[in-house]
Amino acid sequence: MQEQPENWEPRIIAFLCSWCSYAGADLAGVSRCQYPPNIRVIKLPCSGRANPFYIIKSLQQGCDGVLISGCHPGECHYSSGNYYARRRFAIMKRLLEYIGVEEGRVHFSWVSASEGEKFAKVVSEVTEAVRKLGPARRLVKNEFESGATI
Amino acid sequence: MDLQAQVRQAARKLLDDKQVDVVIGYEAADEPLRTTPCFIRDSQEVDRLVWNPFCEHNLAGYLQGRQDKAAVVAKGCDSRAIVVLINESQVQRDNITVIGVPCGGIVERKKIYRHLQGADIREAVLEGDVITVKGPGFSAELKVEDFLAECCKFCSHRNPVLFDIKIGEDVPEVDSKEQYHEVARLEGSSSEERWEFFKKELSKCVRCYACREACPLCYCKQCFTDQSLPAWVGKTDDISDTMAFHIMRAYHTTGRCVDCGNCERACPNDVQIRLLTKKIEKDVKELFGSEAGLEIGEKTSMMVYKENDPQDFIK
Repeated sequence: MQEQPENWEPRIIAFLCSWCSYAGADLAGVSRCQYPPNIRVIKLPCSGRANPFYIIKSLQQGCDGVLISGCHPGECHYSSGNYYARRRFAIMKRLLEYIGVEEGRVHFSWVSASEGEKFAKVVSEVTEAVRKLGPARRLVKNEFESGATI
Repeated sequence: MDLQAQVRQAARKLLDDKQVDVVIGYEAADEPLRTTPCFIRDSQEVDRLVWNPFCEHNLAGYLQGRQDKAAVVAKGCDSRAIVVLINESQVQRDNITVIGVPCGGIVERKKIYRHLQGADIREAVLEGDVITVKGPGFSAELKVEDFLAECCKFCSHRNPVLFDIKIGEDVPEVDSKEQYHEVARLEGSSSEERWEFFKKELSKCVRCYACREACPLCYCKQCFTDQSLPAWVGKTDDISDTMAFHIMRAYHTTGRCVDCGNCERACPNDVQIRLLTKKIEKDVKELFGSEAGLEIGEKTSMMVYKENDPQDFIK
Protein backbone atom coordinates (compact mmCIF):
# COMPACT_ATOMS: atom_id res chain seq x y z
CA MET A 1 0.00 0.00 0.00
CA GLN A 2 1.35 3.37 -0.93
CA GLU A 3 1.34 6.49 1.17
CA GLN A 4 -1.87 8.38 0.79
CA PRO A 5 -1.95 12.11 0.33
CA GLU A 6 -3.78 14.12 2.93
CA ASN A 7 -7.51 14.52 2.45
CA TRP A 8 -7.44 12.16 -0.48
CA GLU A 9 -10.78 10.67 -1.37
CA PRO A 10 -11.15 7.92 -3.95
CA ARG A 11 -12.83 8.94 -7.19
CA ILE A 12 -14.86 6.03 -8.49
CA ILE A 13 -16.76 5.94 -11.72
CA ALA A 14 -19.84 3.72 -11.82
CA PHE A 15 -21.48 2.55 -15.02
CA LEU A 16 -24.97 1.44 -14.09
CA CYS A 17 -27.56 -0.27 -16.21
CA SER A 18 -30.65 1.89 -16.36
CA TRP A 19 -33.13 -0.92 -15.68
CA CYS A 20 -31.66 -2.55 -12.60
CA SER A 21 -28.64 -1.01 -10.96
CA TYR A 22 -29.56 2.60 -11.67
CA ALA A 23 -33.02 1.94 -10.25
CA GLY A 24 -31.32 0.13 -7.36
CA ALA A 25 -29.22 3.23 -6.71
CA ASP A 26 -32.38 5.28 -6.83
CA LEU A 27 -34.01 3.00 -4.30
CA ALA A 28 -30.96 3.28 -2.06
CA GLY A 29 -31.46 7.03 -2.11
CA VAL A 30 -35.21 6.90 -1.55
CA SER A 31 -34.73 4.42 1.29
CA ARG A 32 -32.11 6.77 2.79
CA CYS A 33 -29.40 4.10 2.82
CA GLN A 34 -26.04 5.56 3.68
CA TYR A 35 -23.16 4.96 1.31
CA PRO A 36 -19.91 6.79 0.57
CA PRO A 37 -20.26 9.77 -1.77
CA ASN A 38 -17.23 8.70 -3.82
CA ILE A 39 -19.00 7.37 -6.85
CA ARG A 40 -19.92 9.27 -9.99
CA VAL A 41 -22.72 7.51 -11.78
CA ILE A 42 -23.06 7.15 -15.52
CA LYS A 43 -26.29 5.63 -16.71
CA LEU A 44 -26.14 3.09 -19.50
CA PRO A 45 -29.01 1.34 -21.24
CA CYS A 46 -27.55 -2.05 -20.34
CA SER A 47 -24.38 -3.49 -18.82
CA GLY A 48 -23.84 -4.98 -22.26
CA ARG A 49 -23.51 -1.43 -23.52
CA ALA A 50 -20.39 -0.89 -21.45
CA ASN A 51 -17.54 -0.98 -23.90
CA PRO A 52 -14.49 -2.46 -22.16
CA PHE A 53 -12.76 0.66 -23.41
CA TYR A 54 -14.76 2.61 -20.82
CA ILE A 55 -12.71 0.91 -18.12
CA ILE A 56 -9.39 1.65 -19.78
CA LYS A 57 -10.34 5.23 -20.56
CA SER A 58 -11.54 5.82 -16.99
CA LEU A 59 -8.32 4.48 -15.53
CA GLN A 60 -6.27 6.50 -18.00
CA GLN A 61 -8.02 9.70 -17.06
CA GLY A 62 -7.34 9.23 -13.39
CA CYS A 63 -10.30 7.39 -11.90
CA ASP A 64 -9.15 5.50 -8.83
CA GLY A 65 -11.75 2.82 -9.31
CA VAL A 66 -14.34 1.58 -11.76
CA LEU A 67 -17.61 -0.16 -10.99
CA ILE A 68 -19.83 -1.71 -13.61
CA SER A 69 -23.19 -2.96 -12.48
CA GLY A 70 -26.11 -4.58 -14.26
CA CYS A 71 -29.09 -6.84 -13.85
CA HIS A 72 -28.78 -10.31 -12.37
CA PRO A 73 -28.39 -13.11 -14.92
CA GLY A 74 -31.76 -13.95 -16.35
CA GLU A 75 -33.21 -10.55 -15.53
CA CYS A 76 -31.75 -8.44 -18.33
CA HIS A 77 -34.28 -6.10 -19.88
CA TYR A 78 -32.87 -7.03 -23.26
CA SER A 79 -32.82 -10.69 -22.21
CA SER A 80 -29.12 -11.40 -22.80
CA GLY A 81 -27.05 -8.18 -22.59
CA ASN A 82 -25.64 -8.99 -19.20
CA TYR A 83 -24.58 -12.49 -20.28
CA TYR A 84 -22.43 -11.02 -23.02
CA ALA A 85 -21.14 -8.38 -20.61
CA ARG A 86 -20.16 -11.09 -18.14
CA ARG A 87 -17.96 -12.81 -20.70
CA ARG A 88 -16.34 -9.57 -21.77
CA PHE A 89 -15.56 -8.45 -18.26
CA ALA A 90 -14.28 -11.84 -17.14
CA ILE A 91 -11.59 -11.56 -19.82
CA MET A 92 -10.97 -7.83 -19.36
CA LYS A 93 -10.59 -8.05 -15.58
CA ARG A 94 -8.06 -10.85 -15.85
CA LEU A 95 -6.17 -9.06 -18.61
CA LEU A 96 -5.95 -5.82 -16.65
CA GLU A 97 -4.70 -7.59 -13.55
CA TYR A 98 -2.24 -9.55 -15.66
CA ILE A 99 -0.80 -6.40 -17.15
CA GLY A 100 -0.33 -4.99 -13.67
CA VAL A 101 -3.39 -2.93 -12.76
CA GLU A 102 -3.96 -3.65 -9.07
CA GLU A 103 -6.61 -6.15 -8.11
CA GLY A 104 -9.43 -4.11 -6.61
CA ARG A 105 -9.50 -1.18 -9.03
CA VAL A 106 -12.14 -2.65 -11.27
CA HIS A 107 -15.33 -4.11 -9.87
CA PHE A 108 -18.46 -5.72 -11.21
CA SER A 109 -21.77 -6.37 -9.53
CA TRP A 110 -25.32 -7.47 -10.17
CA VAL A 111 -27.80 -5.19 -8.41
CA SER A 112 -31.51 -5.40 -9.16
CA ALA A 113 -34.01 -2.53 -8.90
CA SER A 114 -35.24 -3.86 -5.57
CA GLU A 115 -31.79 -4.13 -4.00
CA GLY A 116 -31.20 -0.62 -2.68
CA GLU A 117 -29.42 -1.96 0.36
CA LYS A 118 -27.21 -4.18 -1.73
CA PHE A 119 -26.27 -1.19 -3.85
CA ALA A 120 -25.21 0.74 -0.75
CA LYS A 121 -23.23 -2.27 0.43
CA VAL A 122 -21.51 -2.73 -2.94
CA VAL A 123 -20.52 0.93 -3.11
CA SER A 124 -19.15 0.82 0.45
CA GLU A 125 -17.12 -2.29 -0.35
CA VAL A 126 -15.78 -0.86 -3.59
CA THR A 127 -14.87 2.43 -1.95
CA GLU A 128 -13.05 0.65 0.86
CA ALA A 129 -11.15 -1.58 -1.55
CA VAL A 130 -10.07 1.41 -3.64
CA ARG A 131 -9.22 3.45 -0.55
CA LYS A 132 -6.88 0.67 0.57
CA LEU A 133 -5.07 0.77 -2.77
CA GLY A 134 -4.58 4.52 -2.66
CA PRO A 135 -4.65 6.91 -5.61
CA ALA A 136 -4.33 5.30 -9.04
CA ARG A 137 -0.86 5.70 -10.54
CA ARG A 138 -0.56 2.87 -13.03
CA LEU A 139 -2.15 3.40 -16.41
CA VAL A 140 -2.89 7.04 -15.55
CA LYS A 141 -1.92 9.29 -18.39
CA ASN A 142 0.70 11.76 -17.23
CA GLU A 143 -0.89 14.83 -18.72
CA PHE A 144 -4.01 14.15 -16.71
CA GLU A 145 -1.99 13.67 -13.59
CA SER A 146 -0.26 17.01 -13.99
CA GLY A 147 -3.56 18.73 -14.69
CA ALA A 148 -2.76 19.75 -18.26
CA THR A 149 -5.28 19.11 -21.01
CA ILE A 150 -4.84 17.46 -24.37
CA MET B 1 7.96 -36.21 -54.08
CA ASP B 2 8.74 -33.53 -51.56
CA LEU B 3 6.13 -31.15 -50.19
CA GLN B 4 7.26 -28.25 -52.36
CA ALA B 5 6.84 -30.27 -55.55
CA GLN B 6 3.42 -31.40 -54.39
CA VAL B 7 2.36 -27.80 -53.68
CA ARG B 8 3.46 -26.82 -57.20
CA GLN B 9 1.67 -29.77 -58.72
CA ALA B 10 -1.55 -28.96 -56.88
CA ALA B 11 -1.30 -25.31 -57.92
CA ARG B 12 -0.66 -26.23 -61.54
CA LYS B 13 -3.67 -28.51 -61.63
CA LEU B 14 -5.95 -25.91 -60.05
CA LEU B 15 -4.87 -23.24 -62.53
CA ASP B 16 -4.95 -25.52 -65.57
CA ASP B 17 -8.42 -26.77 -64.71
CA LYS B 18 -9.51 -23.18 -64.21
CA GLN B 19 -10.79 -24.08 -60.76
CA VAL B 20 -9.18 -20.97 -59.34
CA ASP B 21 -8.08 -17.60 -60.68
CA VAL B 22 -5.12 -17.22 -58.38
CA VAL B 23 -2.97 -19.32 -56.13
CA ILE B 24 -1.61 -17.51 -53.10
CA GLY B 25 1.57 -19.04 -51.80
CA TYR B 26 5.17 -18.32 -50.94
CA GLU B 27 8.10 -17.58 -53.22
CA ALA B 28 11.78 -17.18 -52.53
CA ALA B 29 12.74 -13.70 -51.40
CA ASP B 30 15.80 -11.73 -52.40
CA GLU B 31 17.20 -11.97 -48.92
CA PRO B 32 18.35 -15.22 -47.29
CA LEU B 33 16.19 -16.93 -44.64
CA ARG B 34 13.09 -15.33 -46.07
CA THR B 35 10.16 -16.00 -48.32
CA THR B 36 7.57 -13.59 -49.58
CA PRO B 37 3.90 -14.06 -50.37
CA CYS B 38 3.20 -14.43 -54.08
CA PHE B 39 0.15 -14.53 -56.30
CA ILE B 40 0.30 -16.97 -59.20
CA ARG B 41 -2.26 -16.51 -61.94
CA ASP B 42 -0.58 -18.45 -64.73
CA SER B 43 0.23 -22.16 -64.49
CA GLN B 44 3.52 -21.45 -66.29
CA GLU B 45 4.69 -19.69 -63.20
CA VAL B 46 3.91 -22.26 -60.53
CA ASP B 47 7.58 -23.11 -60.18
CA ARG B 48 7.98 -19.84 -58.34
CA LEU B 49 6.16 -21.42 -55.41
CA VAL B 50 8.29 -22.70 -52.57
CA TRP B 51 7.63 -24.54 -49.35
CA ASN B 52 10.21 -24.54 -46.56
CA PRO B 53 10.50 -23.62 -42.87
CA PHE B 54 10.88 -19.96 -43.83
CA CYS B 55 7.28 -19.69 -45.04
CA GLU B 56 6.40 -17.60 -42.05
CA HIS B 57 3.53 -15.43 -43.22
CA ASN B 58 -0.06 -16.23 -42.48
CA LEU B 59 -1.68 -15.85 -45.88
CA ALA B 60 -5.26 -15.99 -44.57
CA GLY B 61 -5.46 -12.21 -44.56
CA TYR B 62 -5.16 -12.06 -48.36
CA LEU B 63 -8.45 -13.92 -48.72
CA GLN B 64 -10.55 -11.11 -47.33
CA GLY B 65 -12.67 -9.14 -49.73
CA ARG B 66 -11.68 -11.19 -52.77
CA GLN B 67 -14.19 -11.39 -55.58
CA ASP B 68 -12.26 -14.04 -57.51
CA LYS B 69 -11.68 -17.69 -56.74
CA ALA B 70 -8.48 -18.14 -54.83
CA ALA B 71 -6.42 -21.07 -53.62
CA VAL B 72 -4.20 -20.53 -50.64
CA VAL B 73 -1.32 -22.46 -49.13
CA ALA B 74 -2.11 -22.90 -45.45
CA LYS B 75 -0.25 -24.28 -42.46
CA GLY B 76 -2.05 -25.45 -39.32
CA CYS B 77 -2.40 -21.99 -37.81
CA ASP B 78 -3.26 -20.38 -41.16
CA SER B 79 -6.06 -22.84 -41.70
CA ARG B 80 -7.46 -21.96 -38.28
CA ALA B 81 -7.34 -18.27 -39.18
CA ILE B 82 -9.24 -19.07 -42.39
CA VAL B 83 -11.88 -20.90 -40.34
CA VAL B 84 -12.29 -17.84 -38.09
CA LEU B 85 -12.61 -15.59 -41.15
CA ILE B 86 -15.23 -17.89 -42.66
CA ASN B 87 -17.13 -18.00 -39.38
CA GLU B 88 -17.08 -14.22 -39.23
CA SER B 89 -18.38 -13.99 -42.82
CA GLN B 90 -15.24 -12.31 -44.07
CA VAL B 91 -14.41 -15.08 -46.50
CA GLN B 92 -16.80 -17.20 -48.51
CA ARG B 93 -16.04 -20.87 -48.22
CA ASP B 94 -17.11 -21.55 -51.81
CA ASN B 95 -14.66 -19.05 -53.20
CA ILE B 96 -11.54 -20.50 -51.69
CA THR B 97 -9.54 -23.65 -52.09
CA VAL B 98 -7.28 -24.44 -49.20
CA ILE B 99 -4.05 -26.26 -49.97
CA GLY B 100 -3.28 -27.63 -46.51
CA VAL B 101 0.34 -28.28 -45.68
CA PRO B 102 1.37 -30.00 -42.46
CA CYS B 103 3.89 -27.77 -40.74
CA GLY B 104 6.89 -28.82 -38.72
CA GLY B 105 7.41 -25.33 -37.35
CA ILE B 106 8.67 -22.10 -38.82
CA VAL B 107 12.17 -20.74 -38.33
CA GLU B 108 12.41 -17.41 -36.62
CA ARG B 109 14.93 -15.38 -38.57
CA LYS B 110 15.55 -12.99 -35.71
CA LYS B 111 16.74 -15.87 -33.52
CA ILE B 112 19.36 -16.83 -36.09
CA TYR B 113 20.60 -13.27 -36.37
CA ARG B 114 20.72 -13.03 -32.59
CA HIS B 115 22.60 -16.33 -32.38
CA LEU B 116 25.16 -15.12 -34.92
CA GLN B 117 25.30 -11.73 -33.22
CA GLY B 118 23.90 -9.83 -36.13
CA ALA B 119 26.28 -11.33 -38.69
CA ASP B 120 25.90 -10.32 -42.32
CA ILE B 121 24.23 -13.43 -43.71
CA ARG B 122 24.45 -13.49 -47.50
CA GLU B 123 23.37 -16.99 -48.27
CA ALA B 124 21.33 -19.70 -46.62
CA VAL B 125 20.87 -23.20 -47.92
CA LEU B 126 18.44 -25.65 -46.39
CA GLU B 127 19.21 -29.33 -46.56
CA GLY B 128 17.02 -31.64 -44.57
CA ASP B 129 16.93 -30.18 -41.09
CA VAL B 130 20.13 -28.21 -41.38
CA ILE B 131 20.47 -24.64 -42.55
CA THR B 132 23.90 -23.66 -43.78
CA VAL B 133 24.34 -19.93 -43.55
CA LYS B 134 27.25 -18.14 -45.17
CA GLY B 135 28.52 -14.62 -45.15
CA PRO B 136 31.80 -12.77 -45.59
CA GLY B 137 34.37 -14.79 -43.69
CA PHE B 138 32.06 -17.17 -41.89
CA SER B 139 29.78 -20.09 -42.35
CA ALA B 140 27.64 -21.93 -39.85
CA GLU B 141 25.47 -25.00 -39.78
CA LEU B 142 22.27 -24.54 -37.80
CA LYS B 143 19.56 -26.98 -36.91
CA VAL B 144 16.02 -25.94 -37.81
CA GLU B 145 14.58 -27.17 -34.52
CA ASP B 146 16.87 -24.93 -32.48
CA PHE B 147 15.52 -21.81 -34.13
CA LEU B 148 11.80 -22.45 -34.25
CA ALA B 149 9.55 -19.47 -33.57
CA GLU B 150 8.16 -19.28 -30.04
CA CYS B 151 4.62 -19.86 -31.26
CA CYS B 152 5.72 -22.99 -33.13
CA LYS B 153 7.56 -24.62 -30.24
CA PHE B 154 4.41 -25.67 -28.42
CA CYS B 155 2.01 -25.42 -31.35
CA SER B 156 -1.18 -27.30 -30.67
CA HIS B 157 -2.37 -27.71 -34.26
CA ARG B 158 0.43 -28.36 -36.71
CA ASN B 159 -1.82 -30.04 -39.24
CA PRO B 160 -4.41 -28.01 -41.12
CA VAL B 161 -7.89 -28.22 -39.65
CA LEU B 162 -9.48 -27.18 -42.95
CA PHE B 163 -8.29 -28.18 -46.39
CA ASP B 164 -9.53 -29.07 -49.85
CA ILE B 165 -6.23 -30.48 -51.00
CA LYS B 166 -3.95 -32.15 -48.54
CA ILE B 167 -0.22 -32.07 -49.18
CA GLY B 168 1.88 -34.86 -47.70
CA GLU B 169 1.17 -36.81 -44.55
CA ASP B 170 0.14 -35.42 -41.16
CA VAL B 171 3.07 -34.57 -38.92
CA PRO B 172 2.91 -35.76 -35.32
CA GLU B 173 1.50 -33.13 -32.98
CA VAL B 174 3.91 -31.79 -30.40
CA ASP B 175 3.32 -31.68 -26.69
CA SER B 176 1.59 -28.34 -26.21
CA LYS B 177 1.13 -28.61 -22.45
CA GLU B 178 3.88 -26.10 -21.87
CA GLN B 179 2.46 -23.52 -24.25
CA TYR B 180 1.44 -21.16 -21.46
CA HIS B 181 4.62 -21.40 -19.43
CA GLU B 182 5.61 -17.78 -20.06
CA VAL B 183 2.14 -16.55 -19.12
CA ALA B 184 2.08 -18.77 -16.04
CA ARG B 185 5.47 -17.47 -14.97
CA LEU B 186 4.20 -13.89 -15.14
CA GLU B 187 0.98 -14.79 -13.36
CA GLY B 188 3.10 -16.15 -10.56
CA SER B 189 4.85 -12.83 -9.99
CA SER B 190 3.43 -9.90 -8.07
CA SER B 191 1.21 -7.22 -9.53
CA GLU B 192 4.01 -4.69 -9.08
CA GLU B 193 6.51 -6.89 -10.91
CA ARG B 194 4.10 -7.50 -13.77
CA TRP B 195 3.43 -3.80 -14.09
CA GLU B 196 7.13 -3.00 -14.23
CA PHE B 197 7.70 -5.81 -16.71
CA PHE B 198 4.98 -4.73 -19.11
CA LYS B 199 5.89 -1.09 -18.74
CA LYS B 200 9.42 -1.91 -19.84
CA GLU B 201 8.37 -4.35 -22.54
CA LEU B 202 5.69 -2.14 -24.07
CA SER B 203 7.78 1.01 -23.90
CA LYS B 204 9.77 -0.52 -26.78
CA CYS B 205 6.66 -0.08 -28.91
CA VAL B 206 6.73 2.84 -31.34
CA ARG B 207 3.08 2.39 -32.30
CA CYS B 208 3.80 1.66 -35.96
CA TYR B 209 0.77 -0.67 -35.88
CA ALA B 210 2.66 -3.31 -37.86
CA CYS B 211 1.14 -5.91 -35.52
CA ARG B 212 -2.32 -4.75 -36.48
CA GLU B 213 -1.51 -4.76 -40.19
CA ALA B 214 0.06 -8.20 -40.02
CA CYS B 215 -2.80 -9.80 -38.10
CA PRO B 216 -5.00 -11.77 -40.49
CA LEU B 217 -7.96 -11.21 -38.18
CA CYS B 218 -7.69 -7.42 -37.91
CA TYR B 219 -10.08 -6.33 -40.61
CA CYS B 220 -12.20 -3.49 -39.20
CA LYS B 221 -12.72 -0.84 -41.84
CA GLN B 222 -11.89 1.74 -39.25
CA CYS B 223 -9.65 0.63 -36.43
CA PHE B 224 -10.28 2.02 -32.94
CA THR B 225 -6.80 3.51 -33.06
CA ASP B 226 -7.75 5.64 -36.04
CA GLN B 227 -11.05 6.88 -34.67
CA SER B 228 -11.14 10.50 -33.70
CA LEU B 229 -14.70 10.68 -32.40
CA PRO B 230 -14.39 9.22 -29.86
CA ALA B 231 -10.60 9.10 -29.78
CA TRP B 232 -10.23 5.86 -27.85
CA VAL B 233 -6.47 5.86 -27.84
CA GLY B 234 -4.37 8.98 -27.47
CA LYS B 235 -1.68 9.56 -30.05
CA THR B 236 1.06 10.37 -27.56
CA ASP B 237 4.05 8.23 -26.69
CA ASP B 238 2.89 8.17 -23.07
CA ILE B 239 3.18 4.61 -21.79
CA SER B 240 -0.46 4.82 -20.75
CA ASP B 241 -1.57 5.30 -24.36
CA THR B 242 0.74 2.57 -25.62
CA MET B 243 -0.64 0.20 -23.02
CA ALA B 244 -4.23 1.12 -23.83
CA PHE B 245 -3.49 0.30 -27.46
CA HIS B 246 -1.96 -3.05 -26.64
CA ILE B 247 -4.64 -4.01 -24.14
CA MET B 248 -7.37 -3.29 -26.65
CA ARG B 249 -5.58 -4.78 -29.63
CA ALA B 250 -5.10 -8.00 -27.70
CA TYR B 251 -8.62 -7.82 -26.32
CA HIS B 252 -10.06 -7.61 -29.82
CA THR B 253 -8.53 -11.00 -30.57
CA THR B 254 -10.37 -12.65 -27.67
CA GLY B 255 -11.51 -16.10 -28.71
CA ARG B 256 -10.25 -15.44 -32.24
CA CYS B 257 -6.48 -15.42 -32.00
CA VAL B 258 -4.98 -18.58 -33.48
CA ASP B 259 -1.47 -17.75 -32.29
CA CYS B 260 0.14 -17.73 -35.73
CA GLY B 261 2.73 -15.28 -34.41
CA ASN B 262 2.35 -12.87 -37.31
CA CYS B 263 2.08 -9.85 -34.96
CA GLU B 264 5.26 -10.58 -33.09
CA ARG B 265 7.11 -11.40 -36.30
CA ALA B 266 6.07 -8.08 -37.83
CA CYS B 267 7.21 -6.09 -34.81
CA PRO B 268 10.33 -4.08 -35.65
CA ASN B 269 11.20 -3.66 -31.99
CA ASP B 270 10.73 -7.22 -30.77
CA VAL B 271 7.92 -6.43 -28.36
CA GLN B 272 6.61 -9.69 -26.93
CA ILE B 273 3.04 -9.03 -27.99
CA ARG B 274 2.07 -12.66 -27.80
CA LEU B 275 2.31 -12.52 -24.01
CA LEU B 276 -1.00 -10.66 -24.07
CA THR B 277 -2.84 -12.68 -26.70
CA LYS B 278 -1.62 -15.89 -25.15
CA LYS B 279 -2.97 -14.85 -21.76
CA ILE B 280 -6.39 -14.20 -23.28
CA GLU B 281 -6.26 -17.51 -25.15
CA LYS B 282 -5.53 -19.26 -21.86
CA ASP B 283 -8.38 -17.49 -20.06
CA VAL B 284 -10.86 -18.25 -22.83
CA LYS B 285 -9.92 -21.90 -22.60
CA GLU B 286 -10.18 -21.90 -18.81
CA LEU B 287 -13.39 -19.90 -18.50
CA PHE B 288 -15.38 -20.83 -21.56
CA GLY B 289 -13.66 -23.99 -22.72
CA SER B 290 -13.35 -22.89 -26.31
CA GLU B 291 -10.52 -22.63 -28.79
CA ALA B 292 -10.48 -20.46 -31.89
CA GLY B 293 -10.81 -21.66 -35.46
CA LEU B 294 -11.32 -25.36 -35.09
CA GLU B 295 -14.76 -25.80 -36.62
CA ILE B 296 -16.72 -24.11 -39.34
CA GLY B 297 -20.01 -22.73 -38.08
CA GLU B 298 -18.76 -22.26 -34.54
CA LYS B 299 -19.21 -18.76 -33.14
CA THR B 300 -16.30 -17.09 -31.45
CA SER B 301 -16.37 -17.08 -27.67
CA MET B 302 -17.44 -13.43 -27.29
CA MET B 303 -20.42 -13.88 -29.60
CA VAL B 304 -22.11 -16.49 -27.46
CA TYR B 305 -22.75 -17.10 -23.78
CA LYS B 306 -23.76 -19.84 -21.43
CA GLU B 307 -26.10 -19.25 -18.55
CA ASN B 308 -23.62 -20.83 -16.18
CA ASP B 309 -20.53 -18.92 -17.28
CA PRO B 310 -18.19 -18.35 -14.33
CA GLN B 311 -19.07 -15.21 -12.39
CA ASP B 312 -17.21 -15.48 -9.12
CA PHE B 313 -15.60 -12.11 -9.83
CA ILE B 314 -18.98 -10.36 -9.75
CA LYS B 315 -20.32 -9.10 -6.44
